[in-house]
Amino acid sequence: MMMDAIIIENAFQEKIDRDLCIEPKDQMPEKYRLHLIRQMSQHAHSEVIGMQPEGNWITRAPSLRSKQILLAKIQDEGGHGLYLYSATETLGISREEMIEQLHSGKAKYANIFNYPSLNWADIGAIGWLVDGAAIVNQVSLQRTSYGPYARAMVRICKEESFHQRQGYEIMANMMKGSTEQKEMAQDAMNRWWWPALMMFGPHDSDSPNSGNAFIWKIKRQSNDVLRQRFIDKTVQQAELIGLTVPDKDLKWNEEKQCYDHGAIDWEEFNRVINGNGPCNKQRMDHHIKYHNEGAWVREAAAAYQKQINEFN
Amino acid sequence: MTQQEALYKYLLRLGDNALIQSYRLSEWCSRGPILEEDLALTNIALDYIGRAQNLLQYAAAIEGKGHSADHLAYRRAEHQYYNNLITEMPRGDFAYTIVKQLFISTFEFLLYTELCHSKDEAIAGIAGKAIKEVRYHWTHSRDWCYRLGKGTAFSNDKLQQAVNDLWMYTGEQFEMGAEEEMLSAEGIAFDNKALQSKWLEMVSTVLTASNIQIPTESYMQTGGRKGVHTENMGHILAEMQYLQRAYPDATW
Repeated sequence: MMMDAIIIENAFQEKIDRDLCIEPKDQMPEKYRLHLIRQMSQHAHSEVIGMQPEGNWITRAPSLRSKQILLAKIQDEGGHGLYLYSATETLGISREEMIEQLHSGKAKYANIFNYPSLNWADIGAIGWLVDGAAIVNQVSLQRTSYGPYARAMVRICKEESFHQRQGYEIMANMMKGSTEQKEMAQDAMNRWWWPALMMFGPHDSDSPNSGNAFIWKIKRQSNDVLRQRFIDKTVQQAELIGLTVPDKDLKWNEEKQCYDHGAIDWEEFNRVINGNGPCNKQRMDHHIKYHNEGAWVREAAAAYQKQINEFN
Repeated sequence: MTQQEALYKYLLRLGDNALIQSYRLSEWCSRGPILEEDLALTNIALDYIGRAQNLLQYAAAIEGKGHSADHLAYRRAEHQYYNNLITEMPRGDFAYTIVKQLFISTFEFLLYTELCHSKDEAIAGIAGKAIKEVRYHWTHSRDWCYRLGKGTAFSNDKLQQAVNDLWMYTGEQFEMGAEEEMLSAEGIAFDNKALQSKWLEMVSTVLTASNIQIPTESYMQTGGRKGVHTENMGHILAEMQYLQRAYPDATW
């Protein structure tokens, strides 16, 4: 039995080392499967919970076009959620189980969505900074070792780059607008910048889940490398439209050809991750409330389907 | 009333129905009973925003005062909106939204089928696009009526309750204003009254197949078409117009 496990693991690792994709029917170590379920379900939940802060502004979107774009964007996020749930189901877990794990707190979602969307520019900031950070991460995941996850990322990245552009467009328009609009934009920037940097996770020196993830090529690039890439492209975009990055220690490092940034407040990061962010409770309460309110609809649909199946 | 004035008001009516219906549907975002339905309902909302935009843009052109579609959508006072009251009724539960959509989509299916042949080319063009969307909206709500009506006793009750509660808001769809009389005589609009028996037949077929009783209540609420709304309307506008009203000089 133990010998079998070793043989399977060796064959698996050999595949990984040759940069071949692992597919749902391939044998894989249990730890690899569980690692992916944790990461992919978290990713799916993040897409779905992320609909809340943006959904908060749908009925107040200030023009027909902006409402259309926002609604289409949130729909994309929901679609990504669906797609990722399906990809995760190939690992032998149902969507229902994943949602239970979300509600029990066993499964997480991106910490960033525990922050509130307070003014219209937040919709710009979420698209530009939050989706912008997500893209950097997801582009890297296009080469992740699990086939269904990698393919989901290819598709998702295409839509995310549209989201980032629409977010930046909102920010750029507001920075061209009235004094109040500029204030809203800068206020949103001030509140979303640091949480966006935290999206890449702890520094490499302090990243608890990275070891096997690199060996199994689930993760291809480190948190700090991805974070730096995000900072370098985003700072210039901010300057271009006149936004100030809220980091007094931010400066260009000529020698390293990248920006040095100030210290990230990991205490805040840990506090929010552990449940004490501004919106943790609301986000989860909202999801549970509407999931429970919809139970009778799902039951009716299932009962009807059963009748149809019996009839045929 | 000139034909231009009649057309302006008619376009506002069609546009406002789409605008307010999209508002209510968009409230489902992140609140659907299942993710697929969250997407389906907001997708329908998106179709309606697109239609509202086309209709209000045309209305603004006919008005000829240099206003934009956004100006018409966001800057009018409550009594200047002409949507049917049914569109402004609250989101309610899933059965309520489905029944509302069935009632509205059935009417729109009949109306926009006719408007595809409007002598006004712009209206015919908008109708041509709308009718494709309406068919999907109608099928979606019909299929959910089947599921809810025949699914469980509880879901059947919910559906029946929604039908009973919304029934008195269905008659207004078939009213004819002076401007519609004028435009239908010209082959631009269509006689709404002529759609009523077909509407009743289509709706009854779906509801009966869903084990739902057709209400016998005959009193019908009215007012939206004259700009007299339910109390819901002011709250919709307070929220929808918030940024446009608070920062009137800003462009977004």
